[in-house]
Amino acid sequence: MTAIPAPLPAAPAAIRARRRALTRRVLFRTAVGAVVLWSVAPFLWQLSTSFQRDRDLSSVTPHWLPVPGTLEHYRAVFTDYEFGKYMINSVIVTVTATAIGLLLAALATYALARLPVPGKGVVLAVVLGLSMFPQISIVVPLYLVLNTLGLLDTYTGLSSSYVGLALPLMIFVLYAHFRSLPTQLDEAAAIDGAGLLRTLRSVILPLALPGIAAAGMLGFITNWNEFMLALAFTSSPEHQTVPVGIAGFQSQYFVPWGDMAAASVVVTVPLVLIVMLFQRRIVAGITSGAVKE
Amino acid sequence: MGHLAFFHRTPGHTPLRGKHRAPSLEQPRLTPGEGAPRRLVPRRESSSAGPRLVGIVLLAPALAAVLAVSLYPVLRTLWLSLHDAGFSTGSHFTGTANVSRLLGDDLFWNAWWRTVAFAFGTTLVETALGIGFALVLHQSFRGRGWARAAVLIPWAIPTVVTSRMFGWIFDGQSGVANYLLTRLHLTDGYINFLGDPHTALPTIGLADIWKTTPFMALLVLAALQTVPRELGESAKIDGASPWCTFRCVTLPVIAPALLIAALIRVLDAFRVFDLPYVLTGGGPADSTETLSTFGYKTLFSGLELGYGSMIATAAFVTEVLIAAGFAYYLSRRYRALEG
Repeated sequence: MTAIPAPLPAAPAAIRARRRALTRRVLFRTAVGAVVLWSVAPFLWQLSTSFQRDRDLSSVTPHWLPVPGTLEHYRAVFTDYEFGKYMINSVIVTVTATAIGLLLAALATYALARLPVPGKGVVLAVVLGLSMFPQISIVVPLYLVLNTLGLLDTYTGLSSSYVGLALPLMIFVLYAHFRSLPTQLDEAAAIDGAGLLRTLRSVILPLALPGIAAAGMLGFITNWNEFMLALAFTSSPEHQTVPVGIAGFQSQYFVPWGDMAAASVVVTVPLVLIVMLFQRRIVAGITSGAVKE
Repeated sequence: MGHLAFFHRTPGHTPLRGKHRAPSLEQPRLTPGEGAPRRLVPRRESSSAGPRLVGIVLLAPALAAVLAVSLYPVLRTLWLSLHDAGFSTGSHFTGTANVSRLLGDDLFWNAWWRTVAFAFGTTLVETALGIGFALVLHQSFRGRGWARAAVLIPWAIPTVVTSRMFGWIFDGQSGVANYLLTRLHLTDGYINFLGDPHTALPTIGLADIWKTTPFMALLVLAALQTVPRELGESAKIDGASPWCTFRCVTLPVIAPALLIAALIRVLDAFRVFDLPYVLTGGGPADSTETLSTFGYKTLFSGLELGYGSMIATAAFVTEVLIAAGFAYYLSRRYRALEG
């Protein structure tokens, strides 16, 4: 017998390595699954709840899937609770505040990031610092001012408060984007005779569009979700926003879990869609606004 | 500006399309005859008064708006806290009467300690979970974009909705949490999670953790992307275990970002309002009363503007102290690093 190069001892090692790789992959997939499940399960449960009959919701064993389902809760949300009103109020207040805020933030950030404004470091620090103030310490004076101006329980009153509230966040998101554009852009525009405002409109803003989109979405989400000021400044369903509407969901005799779930889904679906579609931009926005170096 | 890494490394990302396409560097898109006549010598360096003035004018509206809704109200709250005031009644100066009342108020101190514990407790868990999430989402795998989007969902949902969701999940009678826990034989009977003073605050903490872990995970993820790949690889070659690589290579690099993210979280968790207000209203037996709910009730239910403002001021001062503490620690750390 001639010597045969024995592959035998190598084989178990290869198998072991492959098995270890497989284990690692299974473990990793499990981790991914756990992360995703933890994040979406409560919302999915709310979604399922919103289609279930009250009878099934109060049974001892939960029904995981809405079979047989019902649209009763969605009907109740829009007719009994007139939830459409809150939605319209929220859209009006949030869109106005976000649009005005975005305009102010873009102008201010252009000045801070690209013009020789004195004391810009201090201004930035102050703006960041102010955004950390707890809402409880600003709610009463704002209430008194709005009361004096006759703006309590109006769209104007609430959305003008929101303009100032989301500004710091927007400025910080935009600042990173505006700073990342090369300064030669401004110089080239100046040589071509463009004024500063024209440089902003025709050169900087188009290039910073991703940042502006991110700032707009973050501002929109912040304003859409705000609760304390909306609770304090509005008192009638004619002007109350969605969070106030949902917080007010109460029945004297039983908790309308199904109706609440339906309302939650109605409110959340637009946000979930925004997140799904613009995940990258939102992530970039959050991280640029928050991690300062 | 390492925080932008996430965005810029996204492959195939073409943000500028269609009519928003920006002019290229070489050809600024200026139609002839528009704007000022061309000068041979650009004036930008000769006088900076023009741009400076424009800058101040552009900055003014935003600054005014920010000051109007934060600095002015905080100062007025401070002023009000030294008064005995109501919404319709007049107010008169009482000096430090509200301060002594506050310092002797057990309700306040209980709320203060509870809020501090809540803020630091939830932040601790969120940081740990956030690191875990970020490490998972940092790997490349199929469907990573979807996984990242899924993780963002809790963050985007309004807190009031989160409150309703957790109120339903942890309901004492038909809550799915109770069903699962008893089925898995982890608990004997149904727990009235939000109706029991021992479990109400932890349940609210869990809701907060669920909602804000994504924020933490994203910030950690952004920080992870600043860790040079070679560092990890050379540690691997040197035979370091994954845990060791993480502890000795990754963690020191992301530590500053981690601290800042934790600071933002602590400050945010300290003003927690929506969750307890909607879920428990501060009960049962005041076990979930936070500074914000306590202040809000004193202001808008008790109609005590002066004392309520004093509570609000205390919340504000605590926030400032926490921020200052973090800043002090960070600056000392950096000075130590620099030698």
